[in-house]
Amino acid sequence: MDELPNRPWNPLAPAPPGLDWKDRMIDKIVSSMEAAVAGIPDGATVMIGGFGTAGLPVELIDALIAQGARNLTIVNNNAGNGEQGLAALLKAGQVRKIICSFPRQVDSQVFDGLYRSGQIELELVPQGNLAARIEAAGAGLGAIYTPTGYGTLLAEGKETREIGGRQYVLEYPIPADFALIKAQRGDRWGNLVYRKAARNFGPIMAAAARCTVAQVQEVVALGELDPEVIVTPGIFVQRVVQTPGI
Amino acid sequence: MKRLDRDQMAARVARDIPEGAYVNLGIGLPTRVANYLPPEREILLHSENGLLGMGPAPEPDQVDPELINAGKEPVTLLPGGCFFHHGDSFAMMRGGHLDICVLGAFQVSRGGDLANWHTGAPGAIPAVGGAMDLATGAKQVFVMMELLTKSGESKLVEQCSYPLTGINCVTRIYSDLAVIDITPQGLLVRELVEGLSFAELQQMVGTPLMLPV
Repeated sequence: MDELPNRPWNPLAPAPPGLDWKDRMIDKIVSSMEAAVAGIPDGATVMIGGFGTAGLPVELIDALIAQGARNLTIVNNNAGNGEQGLAALLKAGQVRKIICSFPRQVDSQVFDGLYRSGQIELELVPQGNLAARIEAAGAGLGAIYTPTGYGTLLAEGKETREIGGRQYVLEYPIPADFALIKAQRGDRWGNLVYRKAARNFGPIMAAAARCTVAQVQEVVALGELDPEVIVTPGIFVQRVVQTPGI
Repeated sequence: MKRLDRDQMAARVARDIPEGAYVNLGIGLPTRVANYLPPEREILLHSENGLLGMGPAPEPDQVDPELINAGKEPVTLLPGGCFFHHGDSFAMMRGGHLDICVLGAFQVSRGGDLANWHTGAPGAIPAVGGAMDLATGAKQVFVMMELLTKSGESKLVEQCSYPLTGINCVTRIYSDLAVIDITPQGLLVRELVEGLSFAELQQMVGTPLMLPV
């Protein structure tokens, strides 16, 4: 599982142990945060939506901390802010590696400390390549050629190719075992709509993970979401949980 | 023997599609499977032109030329269904998100190779559409076909002679004579129509068959 991000994505590979993808519920609503993160194994790759704190599924992350899975590889744009959410997951010592584009922020002290003391591995990816690699995983592509990063430290040792007189870097998809994302509204088939700029990585992470868990502000009846504006079709979502206390 | 007609074949396929499955029914014969899905079973039909949660054909006065399936026939959308663009639609197909696709075939090989897009005949105009994405990306690829051509040759063959749609992709064949699984061990005959023996079936098909142990 450690090598997963650098391995061409095989969408037909068997499910990780302890999970049976065939045993799906047509009612994807789960009743608790605990149930929402059940089955995340040690060593899993977990995508976490959000850009900074916008769209960060804080309640799902808290549930993952309580659940206790360790040795995780986390995919997020950042590496935690302050002491809550992703930073708290890092602080709990559950993360072995983080794949992100911008870990260093004014309030990323938790990550900074772990990184400087060698307690967390960092794979730094230019932000557009991060998004494109996640998208490639969801779409079943074997790799992508991207011009971003060519000739830089972040493309060192990677295959390159000249296409139409421009240089490109071969980048592999980033698939995940789980994605934890936040949306505004969802129904029992897993259809989602987001709110404002909290959409960010949600739709592409949903497609790239074998098991996508969405925390929503509101669960609505089937048919209530306008079919023209559903952003994430339910086929990409396996569990929906209503955020408590709202 | 009691050879299944096309509607009986469609009903037989429908029986094996479980609740909650995301399914793409290929154009032509597989489309007929939709008529036999039990209404109480929630099955989400995907149509590659960009809809999920496809419903039955509309009443004649409700036909909307902008609500069609992959065969360009008018359809409806169930509550909870949604629309999306072609990139997303093919991400669903290629990305391994569909549980089952049902396709027609000219030929299927013993190793699960599928030929269904081009006869390769001189003058034939090839058309592929989404067939290769479905064959490559769906978790299970069911083929629905008459087992023999009109001239009596087996469409289940050792090696396909027609151009391939995908290699090693077919998982099960639903035919008018038998249901056959394609397994790493070989071709496993799951069901025979009434009045047909395994030996008789083996004689029609030019490639070795097995019975479950």
